[in-house]
Amino acid sequence: MTVDSKSMSCEEFQSQLAELVGSGADVMHHPHIAQCKNNCRQLYSDLQTIAEAAKQLFPDQQPEDDLWERIESAIKKGDG
Amino acid sequence: MPRTRFPKQTGEGPAAQTVQEDNAAEPQDSAPEISKPQAPLSPDAEMLARAQAGDHHAFAHLYSLHKRRIYSLCLRMVGNVAEAEDLTQEAFLQLHRKIATFRGDSAFSTWLHRLSINVVLMHLRKKGLPLMSLDEAMEPSYDDGPGRSFGAPDLSLTGSIDRLALERAVAALPAGYRLIFVLHDVEGFEHNEIASMLDCSVGNSKSQLHKARLKLRDALRQSLRKGGKR
Repeated sequence: MTVDSKSMSCEEFQSQLAELVGSGADVMHHPHIAQCKNNCRQLYSDLQTIAEAAKQLFPDQQPEDDLWERIESAIKKGDG
Repeated sequence: MPRTRFPKQTGEGPAAQTVQEDNAAEPQDSAPEISKPQAPLSPDAEMLARAQAGDHHAFAHLYSLHKRRIYSLCLRMVGNVAEAEDLTQEAFLQLHRKIATFRGDSAFSTWLHRLSINVVLMHLRKKGLPLMSLDEAMEPSYDDGPGRSFGAPDLSLTGSIDRLALERAVAALPAGYRLIFVLHDVEGFEHNEIASMLDCSVGNSKSQLHKARLKLRDALRQSLRKGGKR
């Protein structure tokens, strides 16, 4: 977090957001968020919602039944 | 083979299954059937040892244990059923070639997971897909940046994400963004692990993930606008 983080513009804040989020910083309590009149808080909140929702995505699925036959055949041919 | 770690997720998702399977496949130390004859192997560990010794039926059993997770991983990474099946096949063929080299430095399922990711990455590189822009500056380039948000408050996603809509949006991401998003947010890898896998900087991984999430946000907000807010 930079010294002048309280006075930074939305553009400056959002340009640092990838690094802030990736470093595990407490972005919701970032000085810019506290005083932002635009939608930086909502942007951050949306991104966190997406990241949380991702954990429930793509339940495991079964491959086709004949996949093992293909693998077995390739092994017998010497590909495995 | 470097030591690997569990994905960080908990709960009902794929990683929860990973932990369960990893525990089942845990006991190998090194050449388990020889070095610890007094400790009986669990059925799964015994099956692994037999597969390592060339037992085809044991290998088939390993396939049936792990096929769902590996196929699903491939499908998440490439977003295409036919490709995912081909990659699953290639992953298990590589497993067949390399299984004797597994020494239990990590759980077997973690090792197989990493092997499979490498198979997918190699495939994507062969296809010529730019996985990561290694020269990308850390300062975001706003000309290609999705979803800048400087205006007045707009449609919020909070509490309103439809899982299927998000899955569709992920599937529609450009390959590089999808890969980072799946590895980090779905599979639970950390940025340093992703950077190592993709041979890029940690900063690049963070930046690409951020852009992927911004693109998803844009897609979901469009979807909400079309469908009306629920």
